[in-house]
Amino acid sequence: MYDAILAETVHFPADNGDILEGYAARPLDGASRGGVVVIHHLPGYDRETKEFVRRFAVMGFNAVCPNLYTRIAPGASYDDAAAAARAQGGVPDEQVVGDVGGAMAWLRALSNSNGKVATIGHCSGGRHSFLVSTHLDPAAAIVCYGGLIVGETPPQLPTMVPLVDRSPLVSCPVLGLFGNDDQFPTPEQVDELEKTLQSNGKDVEFHRYDGAGHAFFGPDRPAYRVEAALDGWARIQTFLDKHLAG
Amino acid sequence: MCTYVTETLAVTGSAKGPDGWIRVTDATVYFDHPTHALADHTLNVDLRRPADGPGARVAIELTAESARQLARAILDVLDDPAVAALAFPRTAAGQAVSG
Repeated sequence: MYDAILAETVHFPADNGDILEGYAARPLDGASRGGVVVIHHLPGYDRETKEFVRRFAVMGFNAVCPNLYTRIAPGASYDDAAAAARAQGGVPDEQVVGDVGGAMAWLRALSNSNGKVATIGHCSGGRHSFLVSTHLDPAAAIVCYGGLIVGETPPQLPTMVPLVDRSPLVSCPVLGLFGNDDQFPTPEQVDELEKTLQSNGKDVEFHRYDGAGHAFFGPDRPAYRVEAALDGWARIQTFLDKHLAG
Repeated sequence: MCTYVTETLAVTGSAKGPDGWIRVTDATVYFDHPTHALADHTLNVDLRRPADGPGARVAIELTAESARQLARAILDVLDDPAVAALAFPRTAAGQAVSG
């Protein structure tokens, strides 16, 4: 079995034609396969997110994480860039959509692409994954404990509007993975999102884990919950195998 | 979660990082996942000089209890009468002037 992957920093046109930095990983066996855009969380384009990118390549997909803070702090360390982005109030939703769209186009242009691309994000990246599904045409979207899809806009960041009302615009199947001890989103907010998607006839698959809170996928954090994370990764694999096949 | 609870303010002073002293002009205070601290969430403060780029930053990440203790200690020091007389001199009208 030939199992080599290539992981590297890449650049591609994104929102407004700006050239964005990204971290990509892809299998080198030449077989046709789908792609995954990994959307980093508010604290940035960090090592852990890049590990997720490499994991998706090992799972059999092309993957890329766009650095959403490329414009704000080109060349800076990821944590300094995240600090600068936060001081500016984050990045606008419209720009994130354009940047993820650029990453999707980059994946589809790969010589081994089958044309199908999914999105995934954790935390604020989960919100962005949902957001993209209401604007663009991914084959599937995965939301891992995305906050502020349901809820109220924080006064400090007025651009972070709730998205649940856009459920009718969701263009693809949605896999949601949540911890029942989480407060952002609360289990009640997860229920509301699921019901809203279902009532709009969307293909939705939510899983909830007892004993898990926010960020249970993060192996380097106290919040890590091995059972929830392992089951979640299995759900992700099955979901992507189904929706990115072809 | 990635909280969006963030306060920003202008500050006057200096902070020391690995490359030496920075005359800081801006501060950001927020509660979110830390980069380095061993906790799920921390109270984070960035003391920054954005005019010198994003790397001109001194960052701290403290557990919520540590942050409260630090905040109380700062206020205790500033509220000490001997310090207050130096830090916030009175005007002729007796009005406190900050800065």
